[in-house]
Amino acid sequence: MIEKFEYYIEYPFVRYALIVGVLIALCSSLLGVTLVLRRFSFIGDGLSHVAFGAMAVATIFNLTNDTIFIMPVTVLAAILLLKTGQNTKLKGDAAIAMLSVGALAIGYLVLNVFSTSANITGDVCSTLFGSTSILTLTKEEVVMCIVMSVIVVVFYVLFYNRIFSVTFDENFTKAMGKRADVYNLLIAIITAVIIVLAMNLVGSLLVSALIIFPALSAMRLMYSFKGVVLYAAVLSVLGAFFGMLISILFSTPVGSTIVLIHILIFFFNCILGKILGR
Amino acid sequence: MAYLTCNHLALGYEGKVMVSDLNFEVNKGDYLCIVGENGAGKSTLVKTLLHLKDALSGQIITGDGLKPYEVGYLPQQTVVQKDFPATVQEIVLSGTLAKCGRKFFYGKAELALEKEKMKRMEIWDLRKKCYRNLSGGQKQRVLLARALCATGKVILLDEPVTGLDPKVTAEFYQVTKELSEEGISVIMVSHDIQAVSYATHILHVEREHSFYGTKEEYLKSDKWKLFQCIGENGEWEA
Repeated sequence: MIEKFEYYIEYPFVRYALIVGVLIALCSSLLGVTLVLRRFSFIGDGLSHVAFGAMAVATIFNLTNDTIFIMPVTVLAAILLLKTGQNTKLKGDAAIAMLSVGALAIGYLVLNVFSTSANITGDVCSTLFGSTSILTLTKEEVVMCIVMSVIVVVFYVLFYNRIFSVTFDENFTKAMGKRADVYNLLIAIITAVIIVLAMNLVGSLLVSALIIFPALSAMRLMYSFKGVVLYAAVLSVLGAFFGMLISILFSTPVGSTIVLIHILIFFFNCILGKILGR
Repeated sequence: MAYLTCNHLALGYEGKVMVSDLNFEVNKGDYLCIVGENGAGKSTLVKTLLHLKDALSGQIITGDGLKPYEVGYLPQQTVVQKDFPATVQEIVLSGTLAKCGRKFFYGKAELALEKEKMKRMEIWDLRKKCYRNLSGGQKQRVLLARALCATGKVILLDEPVTGLDPKVTAEFYQVTKELSEEGISVIMVSHDIQAVSYATHILHVEREHSFYGTKEEYLKSDKWKLFQCIGENGEWEA
């Protein structure tokens, strides 16, 4: 087993995949804590479907770099979702559900009608459930991912106190004269960026697992906000790392393997939480 | 000059007027109790005073050294907070964010302020405890400590005793009474008839002819009789 691992780790693409996977997992878990606590778990799901739709559209235009198109569309959707969440006429969860299935349907339709590829089902399946694209990352993509991750982590650390305040009590934060709307907007934009990056790793249907599972697992055990954030980050990184290792060693699908590991982690934490009486 | 002066304030949603011509002021050390029927516009008034919402017309003037965002707020419990993983310390400390300005992190001054307010609210021993495991009364003390960290001048309490048992309710009112005697103005929204006995001034919110005056004036007015009929009769002893 170890020999096999040593054999694989020799390859740069495997190392790239591990680096990118771990970084994405770290960022998504940080944001996940805030999103889960504010009852926005579904935003990840909705946005990833939007990203899928955007990717389908990007494919027909044969763009050399999909991300240039997918990223702005997803960010826009994130901002829109946030705005409608405050509008009482169209309730937040309904808006997300609508956007989510809508984008999924349009994406598949567009791919079916316009795609020139011989294997549409294969393309769709790999976009939805993750593909080998994590193993075909170019050096530029890895660099971009590292830069984005550093930005997210720095943002999170600097604004940690404000993020806590906005998450716990948005109105109180506003009443202190802090610009809660700006923080919300930043959180939405970063969420969109993370989701687009994470799609490479686990595919668009499974992205929200990376966001919600570490936070939910950590909440079983930890009772301080800081504890939840740190523990979620650790769980997420471990889950992604071992998930990827297992998928390489046993050639299982990357995304599903990572999610499976997270499900196991969740139950482990549930049981531990019960035993410790938390 | 008063901390807060409201002139001819009209409140409502999307141009629909709920309350008009509200006139009242809050001075240092005042204990203002805002009463009124459900849907009369009490919550809207709270949001307006906190700048979460604009008034339809009229003005709110701050004075006597009070800055516009210097009103400490004790909100009604939200769903989010019910199972929120946070320690008492983390929550109280977030109130000092008001003093942080552009600083990213809390400094010594903020930590000292937090300690002082937690001791004042007698929750210092609970500081490492998880908020969601506290009793209703303890939770309110935590949120009160957070509000006091944000301001030393005016605190605004929105239905603070909902769901508390009578003994804890009385204790909570006593604490707010002491705060107002220490020079902090208290504005409390309530539909609890007991609250009136602790107040110095009353604002009875109604669509058109809202009442504002001292407690003594209020107890002689017709509105008080009306409020007594609505509220639990006989609970309050003058």
